[in-house]
Amino acid sequence: MLELLAGAPALPLDEAGKYVAGAYVVFLLLIVVYVAIMAAKLQRIERELRELAVVAESRANGATAAPGREEVNA
Amino acid sequence: MYSQGLRPLSIATVVALAAGLALVFFYAPLDADQGFIQKIFYLHVPLAITSLVGFVVGGVFAVLHLRSGERRWDAWSYVSIHMSVIFGVAVLITGSIWAKASWGHWWVWEEPTLVSFLIVFLLYATYYPFRYAIEDPERQGRYASVFAVTAGAFVPLNFMAVRMAQSLVHPRVFATTNGGLPGSMLLTFLVCLAATALLWITLVKLELTAKSASGQLKRLRRALEGPVPRAGSRIAPEVS
Repeated sequence: MLELLAGAPALPLDEAGKYVAGAYVVFLLLIVVYVAIMAAKLQRIERELRELAVVAESRANGATAAPGREEVNA
Repeated sequence: MYSQGLRPLSIATVVALAAGLALVFFYAPLDADQGFIQKIFYLHVPLAITSLVGFVVGGVFAVLHLRSGERRWDAWSYVSIHMSVIFGVAVLITGSIWAKASWGHWWVWEEPTLVSFLIVFLLYATYYPFRYAIEDPERQGRYASVFAVTAGAFVPLNFMAVRMAQSLVHPRVFATTNGGLPGSMLLTFLVCLAATALLWITLVKLELTAKSASGQLKRLRRALEGPVPRAGSRIAPEVS
């Protein structure tokens, strides 16, 4: 791998280099921002799912402890 | 199941992107005219092609939605256009950087290629407020599909008009005259194009998977807690 890199042409990172680097960094940043937004969405889904699991569990426990409660309340 | 095949697709995308970058910086020769600056071509042009094709694909999904009335095609259309708009932002920024480096200006208003892409981009930027303005989900989906079909038909027309127009400074790399790209550059470009297209497909599927998970969660909440009041108008279609 190192030999391959050594044999590769040197990158001319002069005036042109900063523009090329800028373009590729912008592309990378856009992907990173998008992935961060998706991660935030995933966190929200996970949190809501946990809340619903608690609701479902409490209902299941309530139904087991007092099977006739639903009918009384209705 | 929008997540089906997402993992192998993601791996293929990462491999293709890595191969594309390696080819760009260690294999493709320096351009005789532009030198190192031309490396932006391998990023900018595939992004532009993928973005424009994505707009047309959004139109095709919109046709399927209008024909079948199934809301999942509206979701596919919405996400395709959404992703293409994001890619469009990248096209405009990388294009501006390339323009500054090559021509000394961030933007050239006299150049038909730049202005036409901006027109297409701004046209699709109106897609979001257009959806937001309609509250009823059924009508929103139907009107958005009509918009997507009309705008999708405009994209190839716009492309052809620009090709026929007299270009000022923007290069015509895939011209039928003057030989086009040499083999090594063409191979690098095609790998980059494939990588960018794979990235677009992966992100579309990822977005749809997230929307589907969110939709399933809402269904679960409705089943457990009863009807949940809608919090105003929604832009994105609900995916179940």
